[in-house]
Amino acid sequence: MKRRVTVTGPRRSAAARPRYPATLEIDEQTRLGEVYMRSLIRSQLRLAVSVCTVTGCVIGGLPLLFLVFPVLRGLDVLGIPFAWLILAGLIYPAFVVCAWWYVRQAERAERDFAELVER
Amino acid sequence: MSLATDLQAARIDPVYGLGGVALVVAATVLIGVFGLRLSRTTSDFYVASRTVSPLLNASAIGGEYLSAASFLGIAGLILAYGADMLWLPVGWTGGYLVLLVLISAPLRRSGAYTLPDFAETRLESTTVRRIASVLVILIGWLYLMPQMQSAGLVLRTVVDVPAWVGGVLVAVVVAVNVLSGGMRSITFVQAFQYWLKLTALAVPVIFLVLAWRHDGAPRVVDPAWVLPLASGRDHPVYATYSLILATFLGTMGLPHVLVRFYTNPDGRAARRTTLAVLALLGAFYLMPAVYGALGRIYAPDLVAQGRTDTVVLTLPGTLVGGTLGDLLTALVTGGAFAAFLSTSSGLTVSVAGVIGQDVLGGGVRAFRIATLCAVLVPLGLALAARSLAVADVVGLAFAVAASSFCPLLVLGIWWRRLTDVGAIAGLLVGGGLACAAVAVTIIGGPFGGLVGALLAQPAAWTVPIAFTVMVAVSLCTPRRIPAGAARTMVRLHAPESLDVNRGDWRPNGGGNRSSH
Repeated sequence: MKRRVTVTGPRRSAAARPRYPATLEIDEQTRLGEVYMRSLIRSQLRLAVSVCTVTGCVIGGLPLLFLVFPVLRGLDVLGIPFAWLILAGLIYPAFVVCAWWYVRQAERAERDFAELVER
Repeated sequence: MSLATDLQAARIDPVYGLGGVALVVAATVLIGVFGLRLSRTTSDFYVASRTVSPLLNASAIGGEYLSAASFLGIAGLILAYGADMLWLPVGWTGGYLVLLVLISAPLRRSGAYTLPDFAETRLESTTVRRIASVLVILIGWLYLMPQMQSAGLVLRTVVDVPAWVGGVLVAVVVAVNVLSGGMRSITFVQAFQYWLKLTALAVPVIFLVLAWRHDGAPRVVDPAWVLPLASGRDHPVYATYSLILATFLGTMGLPHVLVRFYTNPDGRAARRTTLAVLALLGAFYLMPAVYGALGRIYAPDLVAQGRTDTVVLTLPGTLVGGTLGDLLTALVTGGAFAAFLSTSSGLTVSVAGVIGQDVLGGGVRAFRIATLCAVLVPLGLALAARSLAVADVVGLAFAVAASSFCPLLVLGIWWRRLTDVGAIAGLLVGGGLACAAVAVTIIGGPFGGLVGALLAQPAAWTVPIAFTVMVAVSLCTPRRIPAGAARTMVRLHAPESLDVNRGDWRPNGGGNRSSH
């Protein structure tokens, strides 16, 4: 009898867990699993698109700016022509900052997702 | 040869210049021959992939990526055309930002080793795989051709030998190395090449700027050269936007870049590596503009001679002079050869891998024949084609990649409803149009007017067409959505820490890798 009690102990605690963890829903491709995956892909895509949009506006906007306001083309800032200051200098650290922010956000989204499905 | 050219060539002491070249070539060959045993034990693809840190891996990507076009070509184009050419390095760096946010982590998680591998995993179709293979080979050849052309240019600048000698030298060294297995997969060697190239540009730049200040810091006299959208090329606004599109979207489709991502242990590391790549490339690309601007002040005669690609090599001798100038010249010459060798080796391995695997059917013998094909075809093209600016030809390779692999990767990763028929149509139409424009430009050009601009910078029209065709045909063939698409999406996007079923796909060439 005593032996039987020790065996049922862990079973009881196992039964207390949810019967279908979300990872199983994903594995079996149930509708709920699909919803989980879609939410992850959507959040990552939203993040990627927002970075691309900002980059596209800045990068695509600069030639437009030079086209519409020709006065900017010859503008000198600290003795360096404006276009050169941006394109040959400041844009590179801006890329790195943007990428660093993205990596943080993407990793956070993955952590949140892992917590959600492994809960 | 005119007197001016003689003077230009005489500024470089052949002993120092050749010394720089010889050192780099000797080091590369030695690593290739004696590094064989080393490469077996440290080979990151087989064993050590899980211990390669993001910074080391990023240095290796930088070492492989920074080609003759970056080392010599950008400064030359800036010298010739001014501010509009600043977009070129911006795009070559920014391409990694787009790559980071759109494809880096999912691509690593796909487990694909080459672009054809990815096409096959995602679309479950060998036809897509074959088309992707052909495109990889074409892009690789297009990228290798200017490397060999500029090797000829450099050697001709240093010593008075015909232009083909340098190209043949690079081809031989690369072929020997790849065949002996030396440069094949050593992250460490490629990482070293990055720091060598950075040093070879950065040290002379310090002395050049000091000499310029000592000279009273003269400014560029030509006001139009400093201004954007005034380069004197036809249709500067269209050309600028097309260049931006090609470079930002083309980076992700380069065959030798993707192989390096496989070296990351997981998707998270792939992102961090890309972040480090952005920092390393940003540091490097600060310098070509300085060379271009100083070249405009001190060596404007190069423009009239059509030798702008040599500005990086001639400036130290012109501006600093003496023994110090000779030593700096040796440094930049060696760095330039490092650029040809590392990029050409990486590309040759990628192209030869695809030719050997997908065209000749695999095996060691096939890889050897494939390596010769991968080197000899671009060498022949380099000798036959008319002389174009290095960075322009590399720009065309980016345009082809942006019009074919960019839609395949972006839609494949983020859009579940992509079908094999849609992918095939998009690759054929987008890649085909871009290749046609490239062929016409290289063989028939240069053309003037709007047609010339559209052909020389095709990305602005070929990329939207490729995306449109791929989406439209996929929507028309909804029954062709791959059966395992949902499972593949889990594989691409679920973080590795999760215990989920990712399918059991292994790349086709897996036998080769797992046997080691």
